[in-house]
Amino acid sequence: MTAKALIKDFEAIVGKDNVLTSEADLASYSYDAAVLPNAMPGLVVRPTTSEQLGKTVKLCNDNAIPMTVRGSGTNLSGGTIPSKGGIVVLTTALNRILEINEEDLYAVVEPGVITSKFAGEVTKRGLFYPPDPGSQTVSTLGGNVAENAGGLRGLKYGVTKDYVMGMTFYDVNGELVKTGGKTVKCVTGYNLTGLMVGAEGTLGVYDTITLKLVPPPAAAKAMMAVFDTVMDACRAVAAIIAAKIVPATLELMDNFTIRTVENFRNAGLPTEAGALLLIEVDGHPAMVEEDAIKVEDICKKNKASTVRVAKDAAERNAVWQARRDALPALAKVKPTTVLEDATVPRSKIPAMMSALEDIAKKYSLTIGTFGHAGDGNLHPTILTDKRNTEEWHRVEAAIDEIFDHALALGGTLSGEHGIGMAKAKYMKQECGIAAIEYSKRMKSVLDPKGILNPGKLIVG
Amino acid sequence: MADPKKLVEMLKSLEDQLVTCMRCGMCQAQCPVFAQSGREGDVTRGKIALLAGLAEEMIKDPEGVNNKLNRCLLCGTCEANCPSGVKVTDIFLRARAIMAAYNGMSPTQKLIFQQLLTHPGLFNTILDLGAKFQGIFTKPVNDMLGTSCARFNAPIIGDRHFKTLAAKPLHSDVPSLDTPAGASNLRVAFYPGCVVDKIYPSVGHAVLKVLKHHGVGVFMPKGQACCGIPAISNGDVASFQKMVKANIELFRKGDFDYLITPCATCTSTIKKIWPAYYEDKSDQITLAKIVDKVKDVSAFLVDVLKVSPMDTEGTKTVTYHDPCHLRNSLGVTAQPRTLLKATPGVKFVEMTDAASCCGSGGSFNLKFYELSQEIGRKKAQHIIDSQAETVATGCPACMMQMTDMLSKAGASRKVRHVVELYADTL
Ligand SMILES: Cc1cc2nc3c(=O)[nH]c(=O)nc-3n(C[C@H](O)[C@H](O)[C@H](O)COP(=O)(O)OP(=O)(O)OC[C@H]3O[C@@H](n4cnc5c(N)ncnc54)[C@H](O)[C@@H]3O)c2cc1C
Ligand code: SF4
Ligand code: SF4
Ligand code: SF4
Repeated sequence: MTAKALIKDFEAIVGKDNVLTSEADLASYSYDAAVLPNAMPGLVVRPTTSEQLGKTVKLCNDNAIPMTVRGSGTNLSGGTIPSKGGIVVLTTALNRILEINEEDLYAVVEPGVITSKFAGEVTKRGLFYPPDPGSQTVSTLGGNVAENAGGLRGLKYGVTKDYVMGMTFYDVNGELVKTGGKTVKCVTGYNLTGLMVGAEGTLGVYDTITLKLVPPPAAAKAMMAVFDTVMDACRAVAAIIAAKIVPATLELMDNFTIRTVENFRNAGLPTEAGALLLIEVDGHPAMVEEDAIKVEDICKKNKASTVRVAKDAAERNAVWQARRDALPALAKVKPTTVLEDATVPRSKIPAMMSALEDIAKKYSLTIGTFGHAGDGNLHPTILTDKRNTEEWHRVEAAIDEIFDHALALGGTLSGEHGIGMAKAKYMKQECGIAAIEYSKRMKSVLDPKGILNPGKLIVG
Repeated sequence: MADPKKLVEMLKSLEDQLVTCMRCGMCQAQCPVFAQSGREGDVTRGKIALLAGLAEEMIKDPEGVNNKLNRCLLCGTCEANCPSGVKVTDIFLRARAIMAAYNGMSPTQKLIFQQLLTHPGLFNTILDLGAKFQGIFTKPVNDMLGTSCARFNAPIIGDRHFKTLAAKPLHSDVPSLDTPAGASNLRVAFYPGCVVDKIYPSVGHAVLKVLKHHGVGVFMPKGQACCGIPAISNGDVASFQKMVKANIELFRKGDFDYLITPCATCTSTIKKIWPAYYEDKSDQITLAKIVDKVKDVSAFLVDVLKVSPMDTEGTKTVTYHDPCHLRNSLGVTAQPRTLLKATPGVKFVEMTDAASCCGSGGSFNLKFYELSQEIGRKKAQHIIDSQAETVATGCPACMMQMTDMLSKAGASRKVRHVVELYADTL
């Protein structure tokens, strides 16, 4: 079929306004938040109803056109770069919250709903949707599910997959597949829901998603503990967990990040400190009081020089502002910011932190590290200028080495940002060839023409 | 010019700024235009990527990119919230200048910027005539005024529910002033700005009344020129230079402690845009003096004259809209609210999303009236929902837009400048 005829067909499905063809429009869907080369799509289509979405998928498959679904394009792994051309399918118009069920504690949403808008609606009804990726003010729930996004509360509350109860999705033939349900327990058939979560748009296209809601904690307490060395901070983390306390949030910032944040905001952070732990315990008020005292005590025993417990909402906000400032402050240092996602078992954080220090030295790069110490998910952030080719080569070599170390420590390539194009080449190293072959066989049956987000997740 | 090689070369000068965008996409949460269209080309990240694409010759369609570039209110919300500190307004203004140099300007634009706005006397005469004859506007006049200072095109275009040109502009009532400092021991220069002068002279009179009440001397020279924002946001850097020059010449002669404006856009233009783009080296000292002294009127009243809230609350409910140029560019948010609370009889109520843009945005309103209206409708709804009788603000352009939108929504709400409400009670 000619390109012109195809455009007409897409227009017939979604309407003229929702098919973008101009060069400027196409170019603005050639990238996402990953530091990777752009690639232009041939066409951008924006369905406004579930039915249109299904027809769009089918039309692509009938014509063997590659298609890449895109939410807000904030993923950090190149998951929405249309590297094989074809069409980009936008979910931004599929943004309705279909149901929030206060009796059975679930909600049904379309994939383009913005995460924080949803969380806000849920809060209004006295309930709680915990996954809170740093990008939540813009990311979509579809994107969250496809990347299995995590957030600051991952340690206690888990990540997106822990809240997906079921969904409907379109297979390549445009058939609507239903999986999971609205019941707390549901073991009917293969766990297709589990298969679809984190699939990065390579196995099917989410239509509606059913999400679990929980009651919010009644109380919370935040604190900031200051350590001379990263090792002391890490020992404190291990000791907190060993004491069978699971804080809602347990975040680490290294010295470089502390200094950069302080430079940025002048909030009075201890710039001499080797590391900071930002901790929040939540739950029943009595338990929160008790846990907070225990945590403070453990930090002090592990050589915390000071522990500041937030007395009120303003102080609590100040603690989290420091954490929220980490990325913006680092991002301002150099033009290019490479936010990595290496994750190791919690006990290996000290080893990973010292490996990162060595790597920064070896390649003479600036790396600031912050992240979710509580769940072993670190964000070493490399500050560079991509136009400096020589330095960029060193950055690439450093990234390779970061993953080598993470894997050697029993860790993983990605704690929450996904594989996409950025890390597909390392997959074999972590999963082994059999897992890749198995995945490929599955993919070749479910998507025989290879139209669903080709070039991502499983390649080679 | 229309030489693609030259275009690329000029765009390269933006490269150092373009690369600071890390493409995180966080601006999607901020941009009022994106909120309406949901299109990446309408959000900051998209526009920056397009400019970079053009500079790297990966995109071959300057006109297409230019169209996207123009779909921006220059409200600065994205810039104020960008984690990477991207200088968005600066990038966009420079890019518009480059595009204008590349494409050339339309004859109307040339007429407006190069002939009219740079000649305040002529401009005033034509608008004075316009005010007299606006009932029978003929097409060419329509066109001319419509594209002139984009911020006050609204009165005469399309189905806008407009505030007409004032029968008597401020400059004809008060051509100039030079009064000594009174009780306050202060003297200010007064720059009303075109919109106040020609559409809302009542705001200008209110400022003068307030200054008199507080014993502040006023220096208001005759023949003030436009602040230059319409020219520079349309890429006409040369006309901008002339307008700033004309104003510098006038204010150089005065002796004053502050330069006061009742227009958010003018204040922000003088404070941020003049020093960044005005080129004449010989004027830099005077320029620096003016830039240092410019202040929004409510910030002056609250910060300098120490006007402070009343103990008793009134009964007349008033809500406040944050003009982008006061909030994002100058960080003025508390003072106008303080001024309202200091106004006898006023009961201040906060509306939802007071800080969201009204959708006016200068020539944006002209070029993309539909989009501008969609953004404005939301604002109008928030005003209506607040149940306030009056919405106050600190930007006459916002006043025009909100009047239009409220009127369309059939809501009988008054739109006033904060300083007018305060002046009413003196
Ligand atoms: C500043 C910043 C902070 C971040 N913080 C975090 C964080 O704390 N935790 C975290 O986990 N991530 C974080 N991220 C990464 C990113 O925001 C998440 O991966 C997010 O889930 C992506 O959502 P999105 O809507 O932008 O999806 P997109 O980037 O548009 O898409 C992501 C993937 O989802 C697929 N997809 C989208 N919709 C569908 C659908 N309907 N059906 C099938 N596939 C679909 C796409 O094809 C793509 O593969 C951050 C990113 C930034 C820029
Ligand atoms: S928020 Fe700033 S850095 Fe992020 S994409 Fe927008 S302009 Fe670029
Ligand atoms: S200045 Fe305002 S309208 Fe323009 S891109 Fe930024 S947020 Fe959007
Ligand atoms: S007039 Fe409206 S659009 Fe312009 S700066 Fe003021 S708030 Fe923004």
